[in-house]
Amino acid sequence: MIKITGGKVYDPANGIDGQIKDLCVGKDGTFVEAVDGCRTIDASGMIVFPGGVDVHTHVAGGAMNFARAMTPEDHRRTQAFIRTQSRRSGLGGMAPTTFATGYLYAGMGFTTVNEAAVPVLSARHTHEELADIPIVDKTTLTLMANNEIMLDQMQAGEYERAKNVVAWYLWAAKSYGVKAVNPGGVAAWKWGLDAKQLSDPIAGYSSLTPGKIVTMLATICDDLQLPHPMHLHCNNLGAPGNISTTLDTLKHLEGHRAHIAHSQYHAYGGDSWETMCSATTQLAEYFNTHPNITTDAGAVLFGDTVTITADGPWQHLLYKLTGRKWGNLDVENETGCGIVPYTYRPSNLVNAVQWASGLELMLLIKNPWQVFLSTDHPNGGCFWRYPEIIQLLMCADFRKECIAKLPDKIKGKITLPEIDREYTLYEVATSMSAGPARALGLLQKGNLGIGCDADLVIYEEEVDVARMFSHPRYVIKGGEVVIEDGDIRETPHGREFLVKPSYAPDTDEFMRPLFEDCYTMQFDNYPVELERIENPKILELGTNN
Amino acid sequence: MTITLHLKQPPAVPLESEVLSPDVLSELSNSEIRALIIYHGKRQVPLEEFFDVNGERSDQLVIHGDLNKVRWIGRGMSKGTITVHGKVGMHLGAYMKGGRIEVHGDASDWIGAEMKNGFIHVHGNAGGQIGAAYRGSLAGMKNGTIIVDGSAGLEVGMRMRRGTIVLGGIARDFTGLQMKGGTVILQSGAEIRTGAWMNRGTIISLKPLQMMPTFAYANDFNPTFVNVYARQLKQIGINLPFARSEGTYQRYAGDLSVPGKGEILVWQPA
Repeated sequence: MIKITGGKVYDPANGIDGQIKDLCVGKDGTFVEAVDGCRTIDASGMIVFPGGVDVHTHVAGGAMNFARAMTPEDHRRTQAFIRTQSRRSGLGGMAPTTFATGYLYAGMGFTTVNEAAVPVLSARHTHEELADIPIVDKTTLTLMANNEIMLDQMQAGEYERAKNVVAWYLWAAKSYGVKAVNPGGVAAWKWGLDAKQLSDPIAGYSSLTPGKIVTMLATICDDLQLPHPMHLHCNNLGAPGNISTTLDTLKHLEGHRAHIAHSQYHAYGGDSWETMCSATTQLAEYFNTHPNITTDAGAVLFGDTVTITADGPWQHLLYKLTGRKWGNLDVENETGCGIVPYTYRPSNLVNAVQWASGLELMLLIKNPWQVFLSTDHPNGGCFWRYPEIIQLLMCADFRKECIAKLPDKIKGKITLPEIDREYTLYEVATSMSAGPARALGLLQKGNLGIGCDADLVIYEEEVDVARMFSHPRYVIKGGEVVIEDGDIRETPHGREFLVKPSYAPDTDEFMRPLFEDCYTMQFDNYPVELERIENPKILELGTNN
Repeated sequence: MTITLHLKQPPAVPLESEVLSPDVLSELSNSEIRALIIYHGKRQVPLEEFFDVNGERSDQLVIHGDLNKVRWIGRGMSKGTITVHGKVGMHLGAYMKGGRIEVHGDASDWIGAEMKNGFIHVHGNAGGQIGAAYRGSLAGMKNGTIIVDGSAGLEVGMRMRRGTIVLGGIARDFTGLQMKGGTVILQSGAEIRTGAWMNRGTIISLKPLQMMPTFAYANDFNPTFVNVYARQLKQIGINLPFARSEGTYQRYAGDLSVPGKGEILVWQPA
């Protein structure tokens, strides 16, 4: 039990904007009305935020592990975590090791993360790694939009069957929701092709188009009553002029809930690398008029990183552009996976446009409940650099200084220089915690109200915003003080949130022959056992049928 | 004034001693030097457990003994000199930024790996990965000169970006693997797959080489830059022929499988 007194509280979920308020944490690790005779933290002069929630990150699983193995040069230069009594050893850097990931997230005041891309085939591995990420609570999303068993049902017009298949996969992967990456495009990658237009049939199918997959999968997510809507990585990522594809995708989502992942990578104008420019104004306009859609920025920060995505064809293109290392994982008939280490340089015009576009989206989308802080870690930059983005959002002057360092040719390609908006602390709290928690359907997160999980972070108020957000004074997770005065005090295990959607009982028998026909794995070995999940918290879903 | 170190007895397991660098020792007293920590395997021990130390406060180091298992000597050094009498272990002068290292004896693998500048001269034979990039890194040595009088091992100059490597003896396989720039001079030729995956840079061989099929013969000529290099190398006692009257260089372009813009020049005496 803890009492936090005198802090300036920013709790957007309850409309509290900087009022001085006492918070009480009960025995069960949730907020309560009052407590007696317990530790009191005097937070006078400090700022209290709900614990951060990362709506889109990649921290565990086969792809991440491959990225770690592919970048030994980063391990030599990065921050090392030396083992102590309470802490395991590890490495930070572009693709931090499991334990270090937990320490780094908690050290920045984040208490919940959403691992946004898990193929079912490597779900078991992912859950094992997540169990080794301490402190933070976790959710995972299952890659579905290129799953050939599901696509076959969609092609045949068997909507119900497709829905049952998705529900079956979600439970088999012990997952929290559906991720769609380059719908149809990754399936086409297996033919050496991609899918850039929403209306063209995809390779290997006679009439199925990316547009149909998008709409059907969004409908399935709605019908299954998933707490988090379809989490969509649109087609044609990263390409100049892809704004038309993105807007077309959004039209296919009319009437549905959806979360558009790392929208920065989908908001470019122009028609070649030379003419590429930011088209965030158009995209932001769409978000401003469509409150059913949320997004995360996928902002880019200059520096070294490693890009990891299920979007195999894009990664092959990126490898061809950079001539650097390239990893491609075969994930059978479920999805793809590519890994390319990358360096974003301010002197590179394309990178400069990307850097500006991420910030523009966060500033042009008016409602902070719709656009969330993310770098699509590690693709646009490492998650432990979020405080740098917050500084760029909160300080227009600092932003101007950074813009001045970009090449002159950037003029006319970006709108960032014309934007004066500065985020308030209330908006930052919305965008890094309350907003993503609500979008994920995690109602007990990002909320300092009575009954919610006592995940909160206390900052010493400082003028240097980047420093303030990277060095919280206290971090409390589930009622335990995990960070105090810059030190890790406790490293409790986090929980994992799962959904259990209902599906027709005959789905098992429907899947078995298909499975035995095309998978390299035994059907009975495939679903992840519930016992494998550390501290599962299962949400049983109803059905519309 | 120099600092002289004598190895008391060869270590049982590798001795990681990157403190043996002028940058670390130049301001230290004799007792401070003796107390410096080195790693004997995973065990931390003071320097004096393995070395007799004479002298202090100098950026000229002289090290004696069978240093075959003593690693990382001169790591990241930027000034001064190190003279080794005896065999020396892996990673000699890795990441060095300046200064000179001279070895009167044989050296092991990874000498001058990822060095930025400086000069290394090994009078005996050396191991592999001379001036190379460590695993995963994009670039090996970025400048400086490495001279080995004897033979060398595998992957000499792997991914090097700039600088010069001169080998007196024969080099083993994959010399200039994935080279990105710089020059490797082979006075006695090399074994197989020389220049594999090379992108840019120059390999000069004074002996015939077994060329990979992905290198294309271009022409015979006497490039002017060899003339310039020869004059520079003459100062350190290396003879690089360039005069038309003595012969010509056959130029091979490659590695075309990358495709790369590197070149291999093979000397044809007249």
